[in-house]
Amino acid sequence: MARIRTTVDGLVYEDDVEPRMLLVQYLRERLGKTGTVIGCDTSNCGACTVHLDGMSVKSCSVLAVQANGAEVLTIEGLERDGQLHPMQQAFHDNHALQCGYCTPGMIMQSIDLLGDNPDPSETEIREGIEGNLCRCTGYQNIVRAVQDAASKMKPGASATQQSSAQPVAGGGA
Amino acid sequence: MIPAQFDYVRPTTVEEAVQALRDGGDDAKLLAGGQSLLPVLRLRMADPSLIIDLGGIAELKGVREDGDSVVVGAMTSHYDVARDDTLRQHVALIQEATKTVADPQVRHRGTLGGALAHADPAGDLAAPALALDAQFVIAGPDGTRTVAAADFFEDYFTTAIGEGELLTEIRFPKYTGWGARYEKFNRVAQAWSIVAVAATVKTDGGSITDARIGLTNMAGTPVRARGVEAALVGQSATEDNVRQAAQAAAEGTSPTADADAGSDYREHLARVLTGRAVLAAVG
Repeated sequence: MARIRTTVDGLVYEDDVEPRMLLVQYLRERLGKTGTVIGCDTSNCGACTVHLDGMSVKSCSVLAVQANGAEVLTIEGLERDGQLHPMQQAFHDNHALQCGYCTPGMIMQSIDLLGDNPDPSETEIREGIEGNLCRCTGYQNIVRAVQDAASKMKPGASATQQSSAQPVAGGGA
Repeated sequence: MIPAQFDYVRPTTVEEAVQALRDGGDDAKLLAGGQSLLPVLRLRMADPSLIIDLGGIAELKGVREDGDSVVVGAMTSHYDVARDDTLRQHVALIQEATKTVADPQVRHRGTLGGALAHADPAGDLAAPALALDAQFVIAGPDGTRTVAAADFFEDYFTTAIGEGELLTEIRFPKYTGWGARYEKFNRVAQAWSIVAVAATVKTDGGSITDARIGLTNMAGTPVRARGVEAALVGQSATEDNVRQAAQAAAEGTSPTADADAGSDYREHLARVLTGRAVLAAVG
């Protein structure tokens, strides 16, 4: 067992984990954060995308122990005071989902994309989310949603940073 | 799937990593960015008893100039390689190839050293490393040694890194002012290269004065297209001349046949993509 201390969606958690535990398992099974889903389990689909120290990663391809000391942001940590993140709102407004299974990963990757490139072209959006598969093939509205969010998140848009006040909570289980 | 059980250590220096390798014996496995290893562990295609995570070794990360070379730490992520100004200026080819690796999430975690040590014949970074005459610095119990790219890649998934050793740095000579292009042919987004061509070319007043070309997935290891390189030098950089020279691209290769492509089709791709890559590199 390895002791890890990780900040997830603004809360600090300390837990003992087996070294082989995947980050996505830790999030879902220990912390109950089932908003992050497991799709392909082979690093292809991107459904399990979260941010690790500010960078998008496929949480099925990171060990929980590798997140020790790091900050994790999941789809569940985006909402602020009952307000959806602009990217979540844009997915809602543009009906950027069909079955919805890829949506958490799509949203997390799209936010990462705009962090690197706040004003992407359609091609840059499609390349930016190439690690995320929508098996309903609903890409058209997903691209529209990212364009919509980009226009609303331009400089001057409201901050989406996490609060730094972080009580310690046990992971349970 | 969940990996089989293993012990885990996270050294903070190369020395500690070498010691961990010694302690772990031949059942230890090095973890770089994990973007190939973790899927392999999950599929239970490997079952190491000890994972040595190199992610905590600060000296293995970053890009620096050292005289006529640019030195990239083995644990530098694809994301950082793709954005580095020094590499853009002096070793553009490795950057062009790195931008095509997998997808953004994988490029955030995956590392140059990890990809080269993995030595997948369809991986995108070995051919440019070979074309660029990179030098591989390897640390082991007896200190460090340096291996030329031509001797580093030995076979499918096999390199000159010996038991108890790890790759610490990749040293690139400077190709300042050379044009570069990585021309990759794959079937769908984030798929492996069926064939790809790494080309970097020096021109002077419309004439090609030097050229380096490496081929991805045309054999168990990356291959230099030396016939094309020789045919290009001294030519004016016209489309006709380049396409003519590119006809030699498949010479000396032994491409595999699989569900994506037969050997003869891969040879065809090598010729076509070499022409495209060189034309794009000369701009």
